[in-house]
Amino acid sequence: MARELWKGNEAIAEAAIRAGLQAYFGYPITPQTEVLEWMARRMPELGRVFVQAESEVAAINMVYGAACTGARVMTTSSSPGISLMMEGLSYIAGTEVPVVLVNVMRGGPGLGNIAPSQGDYQQAVRGGGHGDYPRIVLAPSSVQEAIDLVTLSFDLAEKYRTIVMIIADGSIGQMMEPAEMPPMQPLYHRQWDWAVTGKMGRERRVLSSIYLDPYQEEQTNLRLFRRWQEIQANEVRSRAYYLEDAEFVVIGFGTAGRVALSAVRAARQEGLKVGLLRPISLSPFPHQVVAELAQRVSGFLVVEMNTGQMLEDVELANAGRVPLRFYGRPGGVVPFPDEILHEIHALVEAPPTPGEDARLAWLERMTRLGGDGWQR
Amino acid sequence: MQREIVIAGFGGQGVLFAGQVLAYAAMDAGKEVTWIPSYGPEMRGGTANCTVIIADEEIGSPLVKHPPLAIVLNLPSFDRYEPLIQRGGALIVNQSMVDRGPKRTDITEVFIPCNEIAEAIGDRRLLNMVAVGALLPFLPELTLQDVEKALEAHLPARHRELLPLNFQALRRGYEVAEGQRSRV
Repeated sequence: MARELWKGNEAIAEAAIRAGLQAYFGYPITPQTEVLEWMARRMPELGRVFVQAESEVAAINMVYGAACTGARVMTTSSSPGISLMMEGLSYIAGTEVPVVLVNVMRGGPGLGNIAPSQGDYQQAVRGGGHGDYPRIVLAPSSVQEAIDLVTLSFDLAEKYRTIVMIIADGSIGQMMEPAEMPPMQPLYHRQWDWAVTGKMGRERRVLSSIYLDPYQEEQTNLRLFRRWQEIQANEVRSRAYYLEDAEFVVIGFGTAGRVALSAVRAARQEGLKVGLLRPISLSPFPHQVVAELAQRVSGFLVVEMNTGQMLEDVELANAGRVPLRFYGRPGGVVPFPDEILHEIHALVEAPPTPGEDARLAWLERMTRLGGDGWQR
Repeated sequence: MQREIVIAGFGGQGVLFAGQVLAYAAMDAGKEVTWIPSYGPEMRGGTANCTVIIADEEIGSPLVKHPPLAIVLNLPSFDRYEPLIQRGGALIVNQSMVDRGPKRTDITEVFIPCNEIAEAIGDRRLLNMVAVGALLPFLPELTLQDVEKALEAHLPARHRELLPLNFQALRRGYEVAEGQRSRV
């Protein structure tokens, strides 16, 4: 199929439709609203379900209900709306039904702003909702990758009966890039042995997140985490750039990762042996890839559009082996490549002592720069 | 190869579509391209801008601090982007909407009355295509034919009767800019 120019949000919506999405429930919020708009037009025209719910809380509970029937369902939102969905998400995790959720992140906390941000990494990766549950989190850095990950996420959600969350940010939602859309998958209702579809002629099935007996709840928690071991073994994804001979490695995901790519190329032009690791699955995180790099490189630079959330996963994997530097632009600020190139120079010329608190060192640098960072 | 272009002006001047035309042309010419608009609260306040990056490999940063090329369709955009253009770059200025001359001597500034040229062709809304035409002599990655083909392939059906006028606007912009460039 030929490449077409797709806007990120619309591409996410259409990719879900092509993947056999049966029902969409959502609520508008910038910078994600084009997903909802696309769904509002396309889903009814294809005879599928579209509901603009009265709130995000309602939307996620509609998703929960529809998922219990075995239908392919999704919702999308942006940071404040995702926070509202967290209770429902925990219930979905506890009920073990497959759901796809997209967060087109914006600056926060609170109402924040509508600029691109990666401030919801920890919320997505560590939980957000209450209780003890793992979930898959994927981060695209381009329109094509957003399409590919949406397609993948439905299969992963069903294979592992889990939540798959895609975290993009406002710039990926709003940008247009050439991309190839996959062909339309046939629409059909999958027959799962757990789905509630009416008990006519078979044993009754019950889907619930209630386990009043703690020993049963404990078994549920253990089941979720056995499944998680399988996910960790099979579903780690990352993209490597110029890593073969790299002496220093920049690590960044999503938009921060692609901005870092420009900086890494500039550093290469200067003859510096710098590479880039762009984690695509943030949960499960490519800990092993980072740990292996830590055996042979001289330093890491972690770049994020937040105050150092993925940094903690890199630190876990690095385990103090090589010097680590952090550079973050939180609050809806997108870094420019020259800022990251400056950080690469600093890492190469004066690597921090291993064990130094990378976030604290960064915070001190940002404070010295007048709190305003590099520029407005 | 990578080339960045910023297009800025008031809402309603066709800023975003001008960028999309370049993006379509680049895609159809087999290149990588990223188009990104300003989508912040400023889009409710009347100003609009977008960045187009054309490259022959995977594109990194979607934004650029110092673009080599820009189109500014009004005075606030002229004031904002003139200092940011890379040395040796080019700035296409809509002369119809500014009341001052250039401040830089280390870039090429093309002053072109896009509104008047568009009106003379027959439709004021063509001013963005005049400006895009004026940019092309400075954009070796795309030819006038590439952009015309892109317009033909991607102009919404309801505007198709305007195709010949769009071509005229592009060519007129191109000629004026080419004339000014050869005098530099």
